Amino acid sequence: MTSLSTDAPVTRASKKIDTPTLRPRQSFWARENIAKIMFVVPAGLYMALFFGYPVIKNLVMSLQDYTTKTFFTGEAPWVGLQNYATVISSNLFAPALLNTALFTIISIVGQFAIGLALACFFNRNFPLSRFLRAMLLLPWLLPLIVASATWRSILDQDSGILNQFLGTFGIPAIPWLTSPDVALIAVILVNIWVGIPFNVTLLYGGLQDIPSELYEAGQLDGATGWKAFRHITWPNLRPVVSVVLILGVVYTIKVLDIILGLTNGGPANATQTIAVRSYQESFVNFEFGVGAAFSNILIVISLVFAVIYLRANRRAVDE
Amino acid sequence: MTTAQLNPSDMRQGAIRRRAFKTRGSTVLGFIFLAIMLFPIYWMVNASLQPSGNTLSADFFPWNPSFAGYEKAIADQGKNLLTSLIIAMGTVVVTLLIAAPAAYALAQFKFRWISWALLAILIAQMIPGVVIANALYAAYNNLGLLNSIPGLILADASHAIPFAILIMRASMMSIPASIIEAARVDGAGQLRAFISIALPIAKNALITAGLFAFLFAWSDFLFALTLTTTDEIRPVTLGIYQYLGTQVSNWSAVMATAVLSSLPAIVLLVVAQKYIAAGATGGAVK
Repeated sequence: MTSLSTDAPVTRASKKIDTPTLRPRQSFWARENIAKIMFVVPAGLYMALFFGYPVIKNLVMSLQDYTTKTFFTGEAPWVGLQNYATVISSNLFAPALLNTALFTIISIVGQFAIGLALACFFNRNFPLSRFLRAMLLLPWLLPLIVASATWRSILDQDSGILNQFLGTFGIPAIPWLTSPDVALIAVILVNIWVGIPFNVTLLYGGLQDIPSELYEAGQLDGATGWKAFRHITWPNLRPVVSVVLILGVVYTIKVLDIILGLTNGGPANATQTIAVRSYQESFVNFEFGVGAAFSNILIVISLVFAVIYLRANRRAVDE
Repeated sequence: MTTAQLNPSDMRQGAIRRRAFKTRGSTVLGFIFLAIMLFPIYWMVNASLQPSGNTLSADFFPWNPSFAGYEKAIADQGKNLLTSLIIAMGTVVVTLLIAAPAAYALAQFKFRWISWALLAILIAQMIPGVVIANALYAAYNNLGLLNSIPGLILADASHAIPFAILIMRASMMSIPASIIEAARVDGAGQLRAFISIALPIAKNALITAGLFAFLFAWSDFLFALTLTTTDEIRPVTLGIYQYLGTQVSNWSAVMATAVLSSLPAIVLLVVAQKYIAAGATGGAVK
């Protein structure tokens, strides 16, 4: 293997020493290197066009007056930072930022707490636990828009099963998706439901990696139940926990399908987030410049967590 | 060890009986948790079979199942389901064609920039879809790719390619270099070695990557929403979204479409559980 991947400069150097005999070999190595590069060219091109280009294009668009008119005239005048000024001075910006933070933090806390409890439960490895754990993945594998549609019927104020169920305890019907006071809570609840399987899967994997000898040793010292969890499980699970939490942030911050399917950002903008703003500015108001400015804010937040993730993941791998 | 010495048979018997009781209790509890988690999915199926389109009169079980919802769903959304199917299969092909060779190269060739490439792939996975949609709309508009199946296939592949590269690379890392070298000595070119040695060995990862590419594309809503402007090409996710806007009075048709759109995930989870479980753990962490 190592001989195959000898660097080009070395071959060139050896060629100088005895030229005639090595000529065909040199072209063999050149061909070999081209063949190797060809393996990554399609993926490289794809990544450049579908990830690199959009990021740069968004940066450029956010500095332009890019609207529907641009598609007809081809002109997108430079406006400097005006789109960002529009974004920040818009009266939807602060609520959207706050909603994004609430949506992300509460979703993740909920998903993680329930996910960790279930992962610990499944870690007991009882009969059928494998099957049950696999079936638990279903909410995560369904199209998000299907989850939205289903929950919309469940959360319906008058005919939804949730209010009927609560009604049997004498709780009056709650306008889950139609009142600005509770809509964000409802959207968060649905997002927690969607995210639980992902958390269970990763945390279960982390629990399985903790050597059982540690628990056996702990048992001798009287560490069982909650004590075992605090002194053995939690410290050993921490690298996985940080990866799960940070990935959770990166994935939750950009959630769009669930919110659009459940509330479309309403009622009275109660479920507006930065991602929803970006979508609506670009594809409802056709203000692509402003939409791009919103999505750049989203990218910056994601990047911060991406950096944290990469460091945490490296630590997890190292340990 | 000391306990075994104290009272060998008695203690073990008691422990086994206690454990059996405990594990049976866990299984029952597990079923209860699963039932709570999957209740919305049960409710979706139940609502899709209710005769009146209204969930108000919905029973807990469809005693008199009606397929009127499905008839309407197939009449309205049949074409959209087919569109989704074509797009999802196309995405699988594009994803595997692009990602498999790259995964092989990143696993087996010692390029100096590999760690940078891996970093780029990890970061690409985190880029919000709305950023890609924003830029692609303008580009597709100029290229005539809006409202086209190839356009959606290429865009949907962005959900799958980074994931597919990472998961296939992980499995191709374990291929011993000596096997490939032996084939090369026998005169196989790089491409031959890749196709006839690496691909068969990495078959499981290939299947996992393909399954997830299918599910990602089938579930795609964002690109369906932003990169189509007419009814011509309309994936079923967008069909459901439009139902939600106009047909909320006819819940059985909406829920029937939801059930039909859930079929791939349900079938794959039952038939290909091993691969789905592998993807769920493998893709996220490394």
